[in-house]
This record gives sequence, C-alpha cells and structure tokens, in this order.
Amino acid sequence: MLEIKNLHVKLAEEDKVILRGLDLKIGAGEVHAIMGPNGSGKSTLSYVLSGRDGYEVTEGSATLLGEELLEMEPEARAAAGLFLAFQYPVEIPGVGNMTFLRTALNAQRKARGEEEVSAGDFLKLVREKAKTLKIDAEMLKRPVNVGFSGGEKKRNEILQMAILEPKMCILDETDSGLDVDAMKLVSDGVNALRDAGRSFLVITHYQRLLDHIKPDVVHIMAAGRIVKTGGPDLALEVENNGYADILAEVQA
Amino acid sequence: MTMQQAKADALAARLATGQPGQGGWLGAAQAAALARLRGMGLPGKRDEYWRYTDPTSLNAPDAPSAALFDSRGEAPPFSGLDRLRLVFVDGIFDQAQSDDPVLEGIEIERLGSAALNPSHWAAGLYGTLETRGQTPVERPFAALNTAQATEGVLIRVTGRPSKPVSLIYLHKSERSDAILHHFVKIESGAELTLLENGPAAARLSKVLEVEVADTGRFHHIRTQGRDHERRAVSHIFARIGAGALFKSFTLTANGRLTRNEAVLELAGADAVAHIAGASVGDGDFHHDDTVFVTHAAERCESRQVYKKVLKNGAVGVFQGKILVKQGAQKTDGYQISQSLLLDEDSQFLAKPELEIYADDVKCSHGSTSGAIDDTALYYLRSRGVPLKQAQSLLVLAFLAEAIAEIEDEAIAEDIRARLEAWLHRHEH
Ligand SMILES: Nc1ncnc2c1ncn2[C@@H]1O[C@H](COP(=O)(O)OP(=O)(O)OP(=O)(O)O)[C@@H](O)[C@H]1O
Ligand SMILES: [Mg+2]
Repeated sequence: MLEIKNLHVKLAEEDKVILRGLDLKIGAGEVHAIMGPNGSGKSTLSYVLSGRDGYEVTEGSATLLGEELLEMEPEARAAAGLFLAFQYPVEIPGVGNMTFLRTALNAQRKARGEEEVSAGDFLKLVREKAKTLKIDAEMLKRPVNVGFSGGEKKRNEILQMAILEPKMCILDETDSGLDVDAMKLVSDGVNALRDAGRSFLVITHYQRLLDHIKPDVVHIMAAGRIVKTGGPDLALEVENNGYADILAEVQA
Repeated sequence: MTMQQAKADALAARLATGQPGQGGWLGAAQAAALARLRGMGLPGKRDEYWRYTDPTSLNAPDAPSAALFDSRGEAPPFSGLDRLRLVFVDGIFDQAQSDDPVLEGIEIERLGSAALNPSHWAAGLYGTLETRGQTPVERPFAALNTAQATEGVLIRVTGRPSKPVSLIYLHKSERSDAILHHFVKIESGAELTLLENGPAAARLSKVLEVEVADTGRFHHIRTQGRDHERRAVSHIFARIGAGALFKSFTLTANGRLTRNEAVLELAGADAVAHIAGASVGDGDFHHDDTVFVTHAAERCESRQVYKKVLKNGAVGVFQGKILVKQGAQKTDGYQISQSLLLDEDSQFLAKPELEIYADDVKCSHGSTSGAIDDTALYYLRSRGVPLKQAQSLLVLAFLAEAIAEIEDEAIAEDIRARLEAWLHRHEH
C-alpha cells in the first residue's frame, strides 16, 4: 500500500533537517502504529506525505499503490486514496461543513472518473455516518471546525474519513483531546473501516488507543527515523518504561 | 490663482454641461442645492474625504468614455424574480421597456412629471435628506446631483407591495453621463424591497434618499454592473424612524471608479440599519465605500459589513464612521471592513472611525487586510478539493458575512452565484 524509502526532509526556508532516512512499508489491510518522543518528526512525516508546503524532500521516495506520491499535488494524493486525520484540524470560517464534505467527495470522484453523488444521496450518507459517530446534525451545519470542541474536531476528522473512504489513512494523534467515550466511538469508527483493501498508520503517544485499534505493527520513531519495529507489545513497553531504554538500546 | 478660485472655475465648467433648471418645487430644490454646492466647491485631492480616491474624472465636465460590456447572453441579476421593472437607458427612463408602475400599496412617479404637481407628496421633502447629510461632512457630488437631476423616481410606500421594485440601469452609449435622483418614502408599518442593477452610463451620479417612518421596513439590494471602464458616484441618504428597519447590500464587480457613500441616521429609538457591500476587482479597479452612521436615538443597532477581493493592482477604500450622539444610550454599533488581497500589487486603504458621546454603548470596529489562508487552503486540498476550487471556496467564505446581510435567500443565492462566476472568470 504505502512504501517509504530513505526519506530525508528539511524545512524549505531553513536549514533544519527533520526526517533523516525514514523507511516504512505498510501492506494492504494492515494497521501500523508510530510512537515516538515529541519533536521526532511524526507530524512532519504525515504532512510531507499529504503534500503540505514548507518542506523539502532532499532524498528518498514515497509511493502509494506503486504511484510516486511526492510529485503530486495534495488534491491528487487525496484522489489517489490518501487521507490524513490532522493532529490540529483546521478551522475554516465561512465554509459550511456540508458544502466542504460534498465538494471534497465529488472532487475526488470526478478526479477518479466516477460519477458525482447527488445531493439526496449525499445527505443520507452523511446522516448515517454522523449518527454512528454521534455527531450532532446541527454541528454539520456550522462552518468547518469553527466553534467545535477539541474532541468534536477529532470526530469530524473521522467523519470525513468515513465519507471519503480513502485507502491509506493516517491518523495523527486522533486520540489526544478525546474523552474516554469519544475515544471508544472514534475507535469503533476506525475499526468499522478496517478492510483488506485499506491500511492505517496511527500516530499516537498512548497505548490506550491501541487497546481499541489493535495494530499489526508498532514502530518507534526518533530524530527523524524509525529506530525500532515490533509487534503490539512494543507499545506496552513504551507505556511502561518510556523511550529511554529503547533509545539507549538503539544507540548502543 | 487661489485654490478657492480654481475650485470655483472647475465648478463653473462642470455646471456648464448640466441640464437646464426647472421651475416649481424641483426648481427650488435645484437652486438650493446649487447654493450649497457653491459654498463647498467640487472636491479636490487634498480634501480629507478624498485622500484615497481621485475625484478628477468625476469633476471633469464631460464623462470619460466607457466601453460597453458584453455579458454574452448571461441573464442579468434578479432576472428570475417577480418584480416591477423600471428601466433607464443611459440615465433616461424608458417607458417601452418598463412595467406599468401600478402596484397595490405603493405610488410611483417619475421625478420630471411629479415636479409639475405643486402638491405632490415629495414637494418640500425631495433633497432634504441630502441637505441633512451635508453635515458634518460635505458631499459636493450629492449637492451637484440634486442641483442637476431631472430623472429619477419618487416612491411612496403605504402598504406591503406584493413584489419588489426593480430599477434597471442599462448602458448603451460609450460617453453617457447619467444623473439620477430617487426619493423613497416608507410610511409607518409599510415595507419595500428595492432592487437596482446595471452600470447606468459611462459615468453615473446617483442619489437615493430614503425616509423610513416609524416601524417601516426597507430592503435594498443593488449590483453595479460589470462594465470595466464605467465610473460612478452614488449616495444613499437615509433617515430611519423608531422601530424601523433599513437594510442595504451592494455588489460591485469591475468598474474603473466607484465611490459609494452612505449616510444613515438612526433617528428613532430601536431603529435598525444594516449596510453591507461585497466588491471584487481585477486590475484597473478603484472602489471606495464611504459610510457615515449616526446614532441619534436610544437602543438602535447598526452594522456595516464591507468585504473586498482585490487583485492585479485593484484598489479598495473604506472610510466608515459611527457617530453616537449624546443620549443615544444602549447603542449597538458594529463595523467591519476587510480585504482579501490575491496578490501583492493590490491595495486596501481603510479609515474606520468611532465618535461616541453617550456612555452606555456597545461599539466595535475592525479592519483587516490579508491573503488567502495557506493552512485552510492545504486542508481543503488534502481532502481532494482542487486548488482553484479551494481558493474560490475560501474567497466566497471571506465574502459570506456581507452576503449574509441579504435577507431573501433567493437573492442571496443569485449574488453568491455571480461572485462565484466572477472568481471563476478571474482565476489566475
Ligand atoms: N514549519 C516548521 N517550522 C519550524 N519547525 C518545524 C516546522 N515543522 C516542524 N518543525 C520542527 O520539526 C520537529 C518535528 O516536528 P513534528 O511536529 O513533526 O514532531 P512530532 O513528532 O509530530 O511531535 P509531537 O509528538 O509533539 O506531535 C520539531 O522540532 C518541530 O519544531
Ligand atoms: Mg505531531
């Protein structure tokens, strides 16, 4: 599904290097988790994959289903099946949630040569997905993320994911800011989307989320690279002992 | 030559091309306006209220020519609405293209013919709001308009007419110089929606006086045509009575020079006045909104919402003032003027002012100027919305607060669609 090879990234405007030779391979239907200390480059990785400005790839490649991602416009990456649930979802005053979702869905479908979804079908689809995520219909009438609580924003990201049905989903700290019940809802939403043709990369600091969304593989990221890869137990180890032991072991 | 002398000479030259004077009450109003105008002279670049907008082409005796715009068959604004249409071609009323001006709850008469009736309701009223609006800030072009206008409509609303009155201003001659002066009187409890659309002429001078009696309601939506080279100076003078409502929205797309002045006086308690504008310009575009809102009574609410989208050297100007007079307690005044600069060549000049002489008031004002938000743009694109479409969504979002001032959903949608089409045509 997603294959990243020797990715090196620096800030476009500064000499600061953030990713230093990152390798990652996620197979179809797999769930991978990335954990790692603050500032290790996890969000940067997700931004670079989704095409945010301000970063410069100096070396390496990233492919989605064999297609080179890094050359594409952000909208083309989305149409190709990539989705990033943001660590900090963006507020867009003046753009209604529904308008936004429908524009996005139809734009993606158009880009893939599929037919647009009618207003009626779209409404039905949103209502159904919103209900399972316990998102209030009133909230959908408001501008994108404006006045949403932290948890509501995160749920809204998952709603977008459920409607757009991407193939490769990256969740950047979707659990932060969620209360216990919301965490369960969001995890159920994610699990409902798990499918042989869909993969997940879950960035998180806490084992808690991984109790709900069970990963196949756990990676530890430090200083811009994946330094250790293992099974679900690796997350437990981090939870219990922090990163110090792992980092010391890697450096040794 | 002194400044005074220069101004007097310029005025003499400007007046030489005007219409012949009238008799009767209109003649009296014209003479009084002329006397006012002589007292102030035409505006010069050094005048405080003309610092950001060059009045030269408005002062010139003859209208500079303006090419006619070809809308390529696109339906003009408000086409889909049931309305009473009154058509002016280059500033002259065109009876053949107009509807019969008969509608329950409303009296409509042309200025020229009403002037022959000494006991017409507008006699002695016409020109008075313009006169009031000359203090504390002089508005020479409004006085010039009153001194010269012979065309316009006088509308008295006594009920709730079943449809809007729609003034349609066609531009057919490249050198036309139009002068229009309307007076609208909304009686107590009455309600009217007034629509205006079209460039009117190569150069337009227009005054709209609106008297809204206690509990009356007035809705005004106008679009100023798309002719790139047209020039216009317009004034709205409104006096709003107790518990009355005044709402005005203007869409301006294109136009070499537009100066829209609005002078609103909240004269009775609990009156509400909202005035809004959305303007979009690409290249040779200078758009100036100059607004003066006076709170003269208690518990009134006013809103000024102005949004401008500018590119390729287009210039936007906003001069807006809220004056709260002594005793106008519990005033709720709001003013916002914002511009979205789509490139670095464009410019927005804003002068927001507050002057408050009452102690228990709530007034806020803000003015910003900025580019499209990159983060929002990236967020939209990351969801699959193509760049141009994402930009257009964000520009419309920027304009939304102004469009929201239009109460009628169908009209708001028409305006939104026109802005969207304009943005589409003016993509880089
Ligand atoms: N646009 C930027 N400008 C300046 N520094 C940046 C920028 N983007 C990232 N960085 C820096 O790069 C490093 C990696 O940041 P990143 O957000 O990717 O970390 P992270 O692993 O997601 O951290 P956290 O766990 O706190 O979310 C940090 O030191 C951060 O300050
Ligand atoms: Mg992060």
